[in-house]
Amino acid sequence: MSVRTDAALPSVNTVYDVNRIREDFPILKQIVHGKPLVYLDNAATTQKPLQVLKELEKYYYTMNANIHRGVHALSQEATEAYEGSRIKIKKFINALGKNEIIFTRGTTESINLVAQSYGRKNFSEGDEVIITHMEHHSNIVPWQMICEERKAKLRVIPIDENGELVFEEFEKMLNKKTKFVSVVYASNSLGTVNPVKKIIDLAHSFNVPVLIDAAQAVNHLKIDVQELDCDFLAFSGHKLYGPTGIGILYGKVNHLDSMPPYQGGGDMISKVTFEKTLYNELPYKFEAGTPNIAGAIGLGAAIDYVEKIGIENIARHENNLLEYATEKISELKGLRIIGTSKNKISVLSFVLENVHPHDVGTFLDFEGVAIRTGHHCTQPIMDRYGIPATSRASFGMYNTFDEIDVLVNGLKKILEVFG
Amino acid sequence: MQQELRELYQQVILDHNKAPRNFRKIENPTNYAEGYNPLCGDNVTVYLLIDENNIIQDISFQGSGCAISKASASLMTSILKGKTVEEAEKLFNKFHDLVTDKLGDNFSVDEFGKLAVFAGVREFPARVKCASLAWHTMLNALHNKNEKVVTE
Ligand SMILES: Cc1ncc(COP(=O)(O)O)c(C=O)c1O
Repeated sequence: MSVRTDAALPSVNTVYDVNRIREDFPILKQIVHGKPLVYLDNAATTQKPLQVLKELEKYYYTMNANIHRGVHALSQEATEAYEGSRIKIKKFINALGKNEIIFTRGTTESINLVAQSYGRKNFSEGDEVIITHMEHHSNIVPWQMICEERKAKLRVIPIDENGELVFEEFEKMLNKKTKFVSVVYASNSLGTVNPVKKIIDLAHSFNVPVLIDAAQAVNHLKIDVQELDCDFLAFSGHKLYGPTGIGILYGKVNHLDSMPPYQGGGDMISKVTFEKTLYNELPYKFEAGTPNIAGAIGLGAAIDYVEKIGIENIARHENNLLEYATEKISELKGLRIIGTSKNKISVLSFVLENVHPHDVGTFLDFEGVAIRTGHHCTQPIMDRYGIPATSRASFGMYNTFDEIDVLVNGLKKILEVFG
Repeated sequence: MQQELRELYQQVILDHNKAPRNFRKIENPTNYAEGYNPLCGDNVTVYLLIDENNIIQDISFQGSGCAISKASASLMTSILKGKTVEEAEKLFNKFHDLVTDKLGDNFSVDEFGKLAVFAGVREFPARVKCASLAWHTMLNALHNKNEKVVTE
């Protein structure tokens, strides 16, 4: 796993001081079952730095008020902070305008919004929607629901043994009936980074819009929505070192403008009478009700933190961790890595011959090591490989090579017990 | 290995995991049912051959799962062979009380026999489903409900 090719990394000479970074994450100092916590479940959710926690505390201690509706000082301050976050996010993914940034509860809600609003308006009988075999359930089920309702057909791009898309199948699948393509940027259970730019360009040649599920990509790859030219992009704050319950939907203005609202309520209107309601302008049309104000502000702080360290630096560190872990783990007898694409985020899924992932998870927990075991909300992938589940270690900006040694030693002990 | 972990993964459990008993299909079962734990992907099918006197003449299982669930299914089938349906139902309740810690430490190892090895599961709430999946599935099979048991 050498340095990736899709994100040209500028040569940054600063030393990556992981111990300094760890100081910002107090939770990492915990002792679990008498052992120092080794947190390797970052693909599920990342830990939050003090900088984010302090911002949340500051909001509730000094600023709490509802936004967009008060003339009083607190309300104005809260509105400013909330809207300030929107601008940070706009810059972070290089959107054209802040009206393209919609706050949601997370990736799941972002995708549901597009399926329910764009899909209901634009799909009809016989139309086709394309996803891939490596989608998270949150990029499968919303499309199944709307396809069933609109009598459209869901089509699935297959993956090969390495966990890479079979691109030719996608080329064959696109046709006049294709109305939408929704693909994951980086797979949470295989680690595969998909050639999203190529997918977007090809879909656009058929005039088909594309949604990118960037839940696992935002914390590792520099994202530029204008360069990608994606129509929609979704991600969650909690996988970007920010709070839970906050996420983003980016959408191109022309799509968002033509889409009906997703939910009705306060904030999303400009005028309400019992005869008719005029909807508010973007992005508020899609933000009905009091949002997760603290979450949005916390996400802004998380982005500041990530940018201070530098996403390229984080990516380089995580790539090195993945390379080291892949090498070490491959030496174990009877271990098989699931997801062997050349281009991966720092996700390492594996199965052990004769040891079920659930047992692996329990044993490692007693070594202080937190990994995820199960199907990772990607059951079709498990079926593809004919396995019930995998064990998954996923690395974040604060993980160390020593921690990988703890993981590998833990696995060795398991092999002794079950061997 | 730490104490709690050793109690969960007792040698008996490791042995049954490695070499599960009655791990096969019964070709013409009088009863069978499937069980599934969506959380970890464990699945098990329990087959029974019950005679006219309500005695379990044969019982077996197939499927995939963790050491706890496999050993539980294996031990369950060993113990239930030759028992009556009524006795099987009683054992189900007893086992359930054991792993969900309803009994606390007030259970006698004699009474439970080999099943006592599952007492360690009490310390692992996340693993109770693993230990009880086969039992729930067996109970469904007894009642000839062939719909899938789902434990979550
Ligand atoms: C690739 C991918 N998509 C979508 C999601 C759903 O994110 P959330 O649960 O934050 O809505 C996840 C989270 O596990 C994910 O990994």
